[in-house]
Amino acid sequence: MPGVLVLEQSLNGLQFGLMLFLLAAGLTLVFGVMDMINLAHGSLYMVGAFLAAWLVALTGSFVVGVVGAVALTAVFGMALEAGLLRTLYARDHLSQVLATFALVLILNDGVKMIFGNDLPLSAPAALAGPVELLPGLQYPAYRLLILGVGLALALLLWLLVQKTRMGALVRAGASNRAMATAMGTDIPRLFTIVFGIGAGLCAVAGALLGPLLAVQVGMGENILILAFVVIVIGGIGSIRGALVGAILVGAIDTLGRTLLQHILREFLPPQWASAAGPAIASIAVYVFMAIVLAIKPQGLFPART
Amino acid sequence: MPTRLSRHTAVAALVAGVAAVALPALAADKIKVGFVSTLSGPSSALGIDIRDGFLLAVKMNGGKLGGLPAEVLVSDDQFKPDVAKQLFEKNIKRDKVDFMTGVVFSNIMLAALPEALDSKTIYISPNAAPSSIAGKDCNPLFFAVSWPNDAYHEAAGQFANTRDLKSVYLVAPNYQAGKDSLAGFKRTFKGQVVGENYTKLGQLDYAAELAEIRAAKPQAVYIFLPGGMGINFIKQYVGAGLGRDTTLLLPGFSADQDVINPVGASMAGLFNTAHWSPDFTNAANQKFVAEFEKEYKRVPTLYASQGYDAAQLIAAAVRDTKGKLEDQAAVLKALKAAKFDSVRGPFKFNTNQYPIQNYYVRTVGSDGKGGLINKSFNEPILKNHGDAYVQSCAMK
Repeated sequence: MPGVLVLEQSLNGLQFGLMLFLLAAGLTLVFGVMDMINLAHGSLYMVGAFLAAWLVALTGSFVVGVVGAVALTAVFGMALEAGLLRTLYARDHLSQVLATFALVLILNDGVKMIFGNDLPLSAPAALAGPVELLPGLQYPAYRLLILGVGLALALLLWLLVQKTRMGALVRAGASNRAMATAMGTDIPRLFTIVFGIGAGLCAVAGALLGPLLAVQVGMGENILILAFVVIVIGGIGSIRGALVGAILVGAIDTLGRTLLQHILREFLPPQWASAAGPAIASIAVYVFMAIVLAIKPQGLFPART
Repeated sequence: MPTRLSRHTAVAALVAGVAAVALPALAADKIKVGFVSTLSGPSSALGIDIRDGFLLAVKMNGGKLGGLPAEVLVSDDQFKPDVAKQLFEKNIKRDKVDFMTGVVFSNIMLAALPEALDSKTIYISPNAAPSSIAGKDCNPLFFAVSWPNDAYHEAAGQFANTRDLKSVYLVAPNYQAGKDSLAGFKRTFKGQVVGENYTKLGQLDYAAELAEIRAAKPQAVYIFLPGGMGINFIKQYVGAGLGRDTTLLLPGFSADQDVINPVGASMAGLFNTAHWSPDFTNAANQKFVAEFEKEYKRVPTLYASQGYDAAQLIAAAVRDTKGKLEDQAAVLKALKAAKFDSVRGPFKFNTNQYPIQNYYVRTVGSDGKGGLINKSFNEPILKNHGDAYVQSCAMK
């Protein structure tokens, strides 16, 4: 495989990984800090994408639409936490799964009633084409934007968690909730804020991926499974783990679809390679998760020790 | 109360029994059709168009099919084979339908079809027409009123030859229809296939595949990606700038109205192959297109035309058997004769009950009202074309 192609595929893997990170970051905090399984996390991604599509059409500006959608989704997430999910923290995981799964169904049909089954959302015209990064390496401008935003948010989140007082409280909550409460942390307020940030990050991913993929009801469910894989690999409750896990999953998925096929074609008869390649590519991520769990059952960067 | 009820039932049963004895060939008083299709999710546009085309034909006939009042039971398979199987079972066992129809995707249809065939219910396929049922698994109860899975692709391969394209890269989802399609393209294409990529069914991001295509430097790319998959691929293909020096050839359904609208202006000038086009000038088609636009305020797609023709085929069989649906042999004979004016023009069934028909090259151009629409070349690229599997079908 020529170097330019490897580079382009690495960018693709990184871009996919960063979007997964935005989803996984909120999920891992909710799971780690609040010990709450939230299946409706993917629905917030869908809500963000629909709000973005609606606001972009309404205002005519991509930036205004995306920023507005992120803010609205964060507010929606906080309202959801304060109004409903808060009552579930004391319950066991099964009740949480049931209640948030119900929420998935309600939000799917709610969005369908308000916006319909899907909404059109296009990348801004200025970013519709490719840019030449290196001689021979053309890369879609819009995907570069996603890369940039993803990297910036990852950095911002790291600063927030590692360098601010709120971040210290979140980390304290994740590693030992009872102790953090005993030390006088206002846990309910902290939870609401964390949930709002998680919802906002979902909306960023939904709004940015909307023009590449499709803004449609049910879009959050498939990607939620991958987000869970990411946090299981990375270690539940750890932002650093979510970032590393997401980039690994993004890279493995992309390389499985490309590099692996080249390797198989070298060593297997063509009809075997073309049958085995796609099959292995679609399970590569899960095989990797199984390997990680076998070696490090707590994930790569466990928040609790 | 129980005694009265049972007496009523007994009388009703007696009356029914007498009627059945007195009039053995009593024509049915209505016709029930079970319609199971994908009506929600990313690929719902396809099922919705088949449904709308089918129901339009019923409506234009005053709620009847072939002279009998028609009841169409519409349900959504949610793009899930197991759900489709359950809905088939419900339609056949509980609702006792006369015909089943509707399914878009061949993987879903193949899962549900045994429910119909095992209980001797006729299935009229408005879309899915896999190679297996054209060949060794052909069945007298199965009629494909659409086009064999490979046909568009055979037409596209032929078109690539006429355009003197020497190297092509192929992309399709990793399932039966995907493999059938690319096999169809390769059957007629004489140049070199420089790469083949089988993606996950339902995949939405094609960045990795597009990078592979760029590296392979083909003269043309041919894709089989129905529904939302194709929309995303074409959008991302344009975004990656591949359109500048590579020709994108499409099967008709990937350049249909439901793809043109979301993708937009970058569709202009793309070539695609199909058995039907909204600009066909035959009388049946002009009436269909005008009525469809009036009813639904949009241009019909291939899927809509197939749904409409499926209803017309059923109507013709009901009409020609004078509504005697119990006589299944006669109904099957009437279906096979296919005496209706198809919106695609000339149409007849092969011995495997798959169509023999013409295929055309279409190009996406301006509709004169600021939008885009498909326009067909006058001469078919494949004429009176059947399929490659008919020899392995035991039916004669």
